Amino acid sequence: MRTMAARAAFFALGILGAQASLAETGATTNSRFNLQQPVTHIAEQIYNMHTFMLIICLLIFIAVFGVMFYSVYAHRKSKGAVAAQFHENTTVEIAWTIVPVLILLGMAWPATKTVLAMKDTSNSDITIKATGYQWKWSYDYIKGEGAGIHFFSTLSTPRAQIDRGEWKGDNYLLEVDNPLVVPVGKKVRILTTAQDVIHSWWVPAFGVKQDAIPGFIRDTWFRADREGIFRGNCAELCGKDHGFMPIEVHVLSESKYREWVAGQMAAAGAAASAPIAAPAQVQAAALPASVYFDSSKDRLDDAGKAAIRVAADWLAANADARVTITGYTDKTGRLDKNQELAKNRAVAVRDTLVADGVAENRIVMQPPALVTEGGDGRAGRRVEIKTAQ
Amino acid sequence: MSAVTPEATLGHEHAHDHEHHYAPSGLMRWITTTNHKDIGTMYLVFSFIMFLSGGVMALTIRSELFQPGLQLVHPEFFNQLTTMHGLVMVFGAIMPAFVGFANWMLPLMLGASDMAFARMNNWSFWLLPPAAILLIGSFFVPGGATAAGWTLYAPLSVQMGMGMDMAIFAIHIMGASSIMGAINIVVTILNMRAPGMTLMRMPMFAWTWLITAYLLIAVMPVLAGAVTMVLTDRHFGTSFFSAAGGGDPVLYQHVFWFFGHPEVYIMILPAFGIVSQIIPTFARKPLFGYASMVYATASIAILSFVVWAHHMFVTGMPAPTQLFFMYATMLIAVPTGVKVFNWIATMWRGSMTFETPMLFAVGFIFVFTMGGFTGLMCAIAPADIQYQDTYFVVAHFHYVLVAGSLFALFAGTYYWIPKWTGHMYDEKLGRWHFWASIIFFNITFFPMHFLGLAGMPRRVPDYNPVFTDFNEIATIGAFGFGLSQVFFLYIVIKCIRGGEKAAASPWEGAQGLEWTVPSPAPHHTFETPPTFDPVAHGAHH
Repeated sequence: MRTMAARAAFFALGILGAQASLAETGATTNSRFNLQQPVTHIAEQIYNMHTFMLIICLLIFIAVFGVMFYSVYAHRKSKGAVAAQFHENTTVEIAWTIVPVLILLGMAWPATKTVLAMKDTSNSDITIKATGYQWKWSYDYIKGEGAGIHFFSTLSTPRAQIDRGEWKGDNYLLEVDNPLVVPVGKKVRILTTAQDVIHSWWVPAFGVKQDAIPGFIRDTWFRADREGIFRGNCAELCGKDHGFMPIEVHVLSESKYREWVAGQMAAAGAAASAPIAAPAQVQAAALPASVYFDSSKDRLDDAGKAAIRVAADWLAANADARVTITGYTDKTGRLDKNQELAKNRAVAVRDTLVADGVAENRIVMQPPALVTEGGDGRAGRRVEIKTAQ
Repeated sequence: MSAVTPEATLGHEHAHDHEHHYAPSGLMRWITTTNHKDIGTMYLVFSFIMFLSGGVMALTIRSELFQPGLQLVHPEFFNQLTTMHGLVMVFGAIMPAFVGFANWMLPLMLGASDMAFARMNNWSFWLLPPAAILLIGSFFVPGGATAAGWTLYAPLSVQMGMGMDMAIFAIHIMGASSIMGAINIVVTILNMRAPGMTLMRMPMFAWTWLITAYLLIAVMPVLAGAVTMVLTDRHFGTSFFSAAGGGDPVLYQHVFWFFGHPEVYIMILPAFGIVSQIIPTFARKPLFGYASMVYATASIAILSFVVWAHHMFVTGMPAPTQLFFMYATMLIAVPTGVKVFNWIATMWRGSMTFETPMLFAVGFIFVFTMGGFTGLMCAIAPADIQYQDTYFVVAHFHYVLVAGSLFALFAGTYYWIPKWTGHMYDEKLGRWHFWASIIFFNITFFPMHFLGLAGMPRRVPDYNPVFTDFNEIATIGAFGFGLSQVFFLYIVIKCIRGGEKAAASPWEGAQGLEWTVPSPAPHHTFETPPTFDPVAHGAHH
């Protein structure tokens, strides 16, 4: 009996504790005992149904194990209990079949309503396609304000925090370089698909988890009730870095969203109208710098060494700055070979930077990028040196 | 477990005049044996070895998860460990252990002289070690073992190295072994019962195994089909699971779970059978509703074929499909509830004692039912959207598989080990084993409910620091649980080597034919069918 009561209390405290901590901080990811605080109507329905189920299960638990532990306590041979020999009682057996059926009907009713609501993806204000890659997401704004915007979203937690035990921030493994941005109060339809294997797009606070299946399109939707930053993970095992492809969603007010869209459009327009620079050129003024490589090679040529020299000079002039290094390859070749190549290129650049007098702790190695992110041929075979935030 | 030898004392009621056939000794005795007791012993030893191997993998996983960050293993190896832990425990430990119990106990409980197909019985066991070597050996080939999760979802499983092919062949072999074992069990139960033992007078363990065997025959070929399609997609240019060639990755999941959900009941129905033998014995009172237990078992088995897609609520099925699978799944709670109520009604106004088998049986009811509750929660499709692929699900299925299947296996071992070895186990140590197991089990798996709800996905080698404390608790519990099982091995070895001499029927309330033969059970039993007396042998319902 004591175990049971303790367990029940543990659960109850857990629920209260989680709600209290959320109320205090208003944070989005630090739920500890219970489902994260919902920010959509659907997530709220799920939350309530979850609570309802917990309560029903707790009541059945108390009833059933109350009887069992009373029997364990009272009907012992050591207490002189003599075994009755009764068995089979049609009334009791019918009762304990019918009553659970009724309880189940009580659960099925609200669940059915929620299923139907979740599945209604019609009349969205904005439609965004989320594509899963090994191991990152990309987002294409397809319909509504912002249509045409496209970007990749990759884990931004530095490898040093993951591999080398560096201090980990609050959003460790839940932070990306380019978050998904949506307006508050609008119905956002998410189409999911994948490039390689099955991934799953999951944002707990929205009550949304939808597999992204290569070659097929699935959809889901959410309407965020309040502004904020909400985080989730890939929820389907997708290979080595399954645990390292988070989802970060920024819900903005309508006006801020409009500003963000305008900024994205302007940047995209500038990029489109700018003359295509000769790849071997090095942006000498400051970072970011790109260092280019020959096909299948990770050896630096003179232009590359010069570019690194410039970056090293800049770092010498900016003592507080840190840089990130990301390796890329072109589109040809096997995925695993390319990954290795991208990594080796990044390592070559890092080693040259260090040789040029940059302290190693000012260099953050990013995971090798498997997709060229727009570049192919020589434009793809590169290492990018950027200032770290 | 060599206490039982071909030369062992013969049962007093069986005067033998033909004990002159060739009986090899040493290793050849075990390789050539067709004796159900020898084969049962080998199944149990094999499954325990696999249980320890899978346990080492689990502890490596838990060690990596003790702290956030990557400390011990690379993500790729971590995925290999989670995958192999699942495959080894399901196909190497739990399933063969129940077949071991069936081999040892069914002929004794039914009054049969052996299993129906004694030579096939030998073959179905000896298929397992090569399968295990393929499976474990895949860790050492280039690319390592398969890391696609025990569910081996395509297209991820199509990407794997040759370890995947070894796992596929291992599954084929183990599947063939299971099907042969199942056919043997069906034929034995249907044809070799003692005169007078009608189907509705069989021990509950025989009923649950009969139904389980049919499930095995129905679904193991489905699994073989699924992994064969993966194999041909990998090597022979087919596109069953590739959209580019006109296939569908989700097809794999449908086929897999059509096997996978009945598989869940394959691993729990025999456990229900063991518990249904033990509770009446130690309550000294007949099983409350024998007939309703049989019907509940059959209902669970039939329903298990129409609920598979509840594993796939997040794949994006149409609403009517989701609703159908949600309702069908919820319905399973009814016959499962009937079973739990029956056990408790059997205990009610009994005259109970709590030897180790009874402790594990009551512990089973208590902890398994908690897994049942979380199962019901997962059946609710909208809520499952949040639970799916999180540690909540990991907690759920360990509550039913460890506290369910494994605890029932422990209960059954303590219950029947006097019959196997002729010695009583050390009761004090048995109780220690029970309390250590149930406490460490809960320390390991209860915090996982919280982790999953708060948003920790399963199958990840690293996590946000907010999940650290519960992961630390789980890891500590896991090591305690693992050590408790080494302690169990010690208890069993001690019991084999000696101990208080066990009577033919060491339990006061035990009924059934297995208790009419001496302990240890002679090498050959019931060569002439026993007389089955429903009243004396516990079938007075």
